[in-house]
Formats: sequence, structure tokens, C-alpha cells
Amino acid sequence: MIREVQIENLAIVRGDRLLFEGLNFSLKAGQAMSLTGRNGAGKTSLLRAIAGFLRPAEGEIRFQGPHGLLEAEDARSGGLHMAGHQDGLKSNRLAQDEFLFQARWTGATDAGVAKAREALDLDVIADLEVRKLSAGQRRRLSLGRLIASPRSLWLLDEPLAPLDAAHRAAFGLMMSAHLASGGMILAAVHDPLPIGTLSLEIGG
Amino acid sequence: MGIITALANPQRFLAFSGWAAPVLGAAAVALALAGLWTGFAVPDDYQQGATIRIMFIHLPAVFTGMMAYGCLAGSAFFGLVFRHNLADAAARAVAPLGAAFTFLGLVTGSFWGRPMWGAWWVWDARLTSFLVLFLFYVGYMALQAAIDDEAKAARAAGILALVGAVNLPIVHYSVVWWNSLHQGETIFAKGGPKASVVYLWPLALMSFSYFTAFGALWMARVRAEIWRRRAGALAVQGTR
Amino acid sequence: MKGFWVLLRRELAMAWGRGGGPIVAVAFYACVATLLPLAAGASPARLAAVAPGSAWLALALASLLSLERLFERDYEDGALDQLALGPVPLEIVSATKCLAQWISTGLPLALFTPLAATALGADIKLAPLTLACAVLGGLGFAFVGGIGAALSLGSRRGGVLIAVIVLPLFAPPVIFGGGAIEALATGLNWTPGFGLLGAYSLAAMALGPFAMAAACRNALS
Repeated sequence: MIREVQIENLAIVRGDRLLFEGLNFSLKAGQAMSLTGRNGAGKTSLLRAIAGFLRPAEGEIRFQGPHGLLEAEDARSGGLHMAGHQDGLKSNRLAQDEFLFQARWTGATDAGVAKAREALDLDVIADLEVRKLSAGQRRRLSLGRLIASPRSLWLLDEPLAPLDAAHRAAFGLMMSAHLASGGMILAAVHDPLPIGTLSLEIGG
Repeated sequence: MGIITALANPQRFLAFSGWAAPVLGAAAVALALAGLWTGFAVPDDYQQGATIRIMFIHLPAVFTGMMAYGCLAGSAFFGLVFRHNLADAAARAVAPLGAAFTFLGLVTGSFWGRPMWGAWWVWDARLTSFLVLFLFYVGYMALQAAIDDEAKAARAAGILALVGAVNLPIVHYSVVWWNSLHQGETIFAKGGPKASVVYLWPLALMSFSYFTAFGALWMARVRAEIWRRRAGALAVQGTR
Repeated sequence: MKGFWVLLRRELAMAWGRGGGPIVAVAFYACVATLLPLAAGASPARLAAVAPGSAWLALALASLLSLERLFERDYEDGALDQLALGPVPLEIVSATKCLAQWISTGLPLALFTPLAATALGADIKLAPLTLACAVLGGLGFAFVGGIGAALSLGSRRGGVLIAVIVLPLFAPPVIFGGGAIEALATGLNWTPGFGLLGAYSLAAMALGPFAMAAACRNALS
């Protein structure tokens, strides 16, 4: 269970390009933060660095649990969800098979699965093949695992982009509930999120 | 800015190789001249006649080709474990050299084999595992070239180099085992053809000539690689 | 452990699902086996001499080609990100994928191998050992081939590149399996070759996942 993410003097280099350096912030339980910045500023790279995919050129990423510092690998494999531009759905499989795999893989219980189906209105698309879904439906399907298996840190990359107004509002409520239960959200966005957030501009 | 310069700061290597590479190159030429001189001065072999002299350019190429794989695997290991940029550059620079020496070894071996066995190529254990070594180099270079992101290409190819290092002894053992199944067809007696002591001098001289040439070329290629990276980094900086 | 089963079921479902991976692999094998007599000449004496070896080589090629996209689809659509953030490390993920590949494709190919060898004119007495070698060697092919599939993630070339990376690594199992079958055919002791093949496959299962996981992490970075 992650209670706080601490970023200290972080620098990320991609290829020969320095995206940003000297980045410091921390995100505590119950807080959400919007990452803004021009294209290519390094928002996605920051999220991927926190998820452990990119190795920072400099600086530290620390995860604090209720009883002190967590081992980064354990914190990541059980404590965070990452939802990027790509939803990781196989186009030739049934929506419910893909949702169930994503949810169970991240450790969802039956109750969690039922809750996500309800909250994201997944039953109407459950029997369709993924390739027949619209972009918004695919996004709902892939956000399902965030609800189905509770993990405290959500790393979101343009989470709302393909969603319609009704589902944006619905997802806003889910984000609020997540924060209220002690979760954290770090989201790269161009449009503001429908919840109150801290804000950080990358590569300004 | 601190980070851009940290990307590649092999100043000391540049300073060292600036004089070491030419010295090694000159040593390679001198050793080659001495080796060729003594090589032509020694008497013909009583069995193989003058063709024994092919050995002087063949065996050193074989040694160098194998040694280069050790250098490749070592550089790849340092590059992967310590994320050292110079090691990545060294691995990238050594692979074509290793492939070239291995290829030279295969071609000169074939020239030697024609008069010795009456065939350009035989599926002998040593030849076959040496051919597989050449294929390992080709695979390394193909993978390196096929990935656009250079840092990723270096690491992927480095992993392959280490996988190859684990596999090469197995390949060699398996090929020897396979050869033993076909007893009747083996060409070499155990231990290979016995060479008389008079041939050791030119062989040693030529071997050191090849080693020093390899060292000089490797350093020169690493230098070129460092400069190429700096040029790339500068070009990227220019766009900011 | 739960994560392992969840992943294994998904991998098997994907392999057997639309697209019929195993069927295509066996069909490829049948095509190669059909072309062999056309290329080498159909005289029974000549075919019988090369049949076991050719069937074994065709198995290696079919195994290789069928695992070309073992990691690539997950890499392209972002599923590999999620697999990396799951309950088990990427080493186990890689091993599970290779195991699923072996169950779904390696075993059908292994069943087909003695059939093809016998049809090409190999002695029927060789069939049981050919099957056993194909089952055991298929494991090695899957785990070593997976290394090539993982290493070539994000590259501009697919299949041919994997073949160039992996085929030199296939030399030992091809030799051991072919050697065991040939030893039986010529009345020699076949157990050393079979034992060495087993040792190779076990070593590939033990070490391959580390290389695959390292390659996947590199591709994701």
C-alpha cells in the first residue's frame, strides 16, 4: 500500500535529449496531480519512470508505505495501475475475456469485478469483440481494472480523451472516491480533470 | 547541461588511444613484416610443402576471431551491468572487426584446406563451430542495426552477445560430439596436424601482428564511435 | 501462482483462438515436408537416408516461425506494460508464455513429426524416439526462440531477423536430437543424444527467461 510518492531531483534523458531535470514533488494519500506541458515535454516519460519502465538519468523515485519506505519493485507490482494511451486489448478477443484477464492479472476479486462492471457500464459491451468497440468503449473497458482491483496509485495518461461527457463525469466520481479512500492520482492531461487537483507543468 | 556531457565523457580514453592506436598499428606492421620474412625463410614442410605457409595467415585470424568474441562479450557485460557508455561503444565497434577476422579465418582455412584435404570445405568440428561463431557475429550486427533507438539497440545486442557467450561452448561441444558420430569422416587426427618447431616463430610473430592490428583498429573504431555520438548529441542540442 | 494460471489460460486462449496458430504451424510443416522430395528427389533410398534429419530440421523451422510474434503483439498494443506490473516478475511471465507456446504449438508439431518422418520414408521403428525428441526438443526450441522474439522487439525487421538470431542457437538441439535418432537408425546407443537434448532443454528453461525478461525490460524502456 503506497501512502506517498516522492520525486527528488529527477532528470530523464531520451536518446540524446534531456527532457527535464531537477524535478521535485511529492504526492500524498488523497491527492491528485495534473501534469501539463507541451507535446514531448516528458509527461508520459515521467509516468513511465514512476512505473519503473524508464531509468532516470538522475534523481530518486521513492514510495512510502504506512510503515516507512517500500521496496520499489514490490510497490510497483502490487501498488500502482498504469493506464496509458494504449489499452493493451486484443482486438480479436471478447471484451469480457480481456477485461477479466486485466482485472484478475492485477489481483481483482469477484466483488471488484462486479463493481467495475456496474460502475463503467461494461455489461452492454461484454459479448462484443474488442475490434467492434468504439475508442470510448475500449477506454472504459481498460479503465475497468482500476476499479476492479484496488491499487493506491493511479498513473493515467490522457485518461479522459476518448470518453463522452456522461462517462467523463462518471469517471470523475470514481476518481473522487479513489482519493477519498486514500488513493493517489497522477495524470498527464491537456484538458483539466473533472476533479480538484494539484497541478505541475513539466519542462516549462 | 550536466547530463548531456555525462552521456559520454571518455576523455581519458581519447587521450590514451590518441597515441596508443598509432603505436599499436605501427607495431602490427613491423610484426607482420618480420613474420612474413621469417615465414618465407623457413623450409617447406615435408608433408604439406609450401602450403604450410598459409597457416601463418590463417591461425592468427582464427585466434583473433575468437578473442574478439571474448572482447565483445566482456564489453557487452560491462555495458549492461554498469551502464557504461564507453563499453557500449566498444561492443558496437568490435563486432564488425570480429566478424572480419572470423571471415578471414574461414576463407584462409578454405584456401589451406583445398591442397590439404582436396576440398574447399569439410564439415569438420572445428570448421563448423567456427562458422557458427561467424553467424553469431552476423546476428549481433543484424540486431544492432535493426533497432532505431541506439541505447536500446546496444542493450538488446548486448544481451544477445551474452546469450551467445553461454552458447558458444555448448555449440562447440555439440559439434565435436556430432563429429564423433561420423568417425569415418573425420579429417584431423586428435590435436590437429603436428607443426614442427621451426614454424612457431613466424606463427607467433604473425599472431602478435594480428593482435596488435586488432587492438589498433578497435581503438580507432571506438574513437570514431565516440565522435559520432558527440556529433549526434550536438545536433540534437542545436534543435532546442 | 494464481497469476501464473491466469496468464497461462490467456496465452492458451490466444494461441488457440481465431487465427489457428497451431494449425498454421502444422500446415507450414506439411508444406516443407512436401517440398523435400520434390527438391531432393523421390527415390525411396535417398529419401529414407535424409528423412529423420529433415523432419527434425523442419520441426526446428516450424517452431521458430510460429513464435515470431510471441511478445510482439503484447508489446505493440501496450499489454506488455500491464504484464510487467503484474503479480509475478517478467521472468515468470516470459517462461509462462514460452510454456503456453509449447503446449499450444510445440506439442501438435511434435505429434506431427514422426508422421512426417515416416511418410518421408524413415523406418517406423524410429517413430517413438522421434516423437520423444520432438516433445523434449520443442521445449528447448520454444525457450530459446523466445529469446530471439523478445530481443527483436521494437526492431524494423521481424521474422528474418529472429531467424538469424536464433538459428545459430538451435545448433546444439538440432545436433543432439538428430544424433539420437540417427544413432538408433544405425543401431548405436541413442541415449547420450537424447540425454543431452534433455539437458539442453532444461538449461534453456532455466536461463532463457532471464534473457527474455531483460530484453522485454529493454524494449519497454
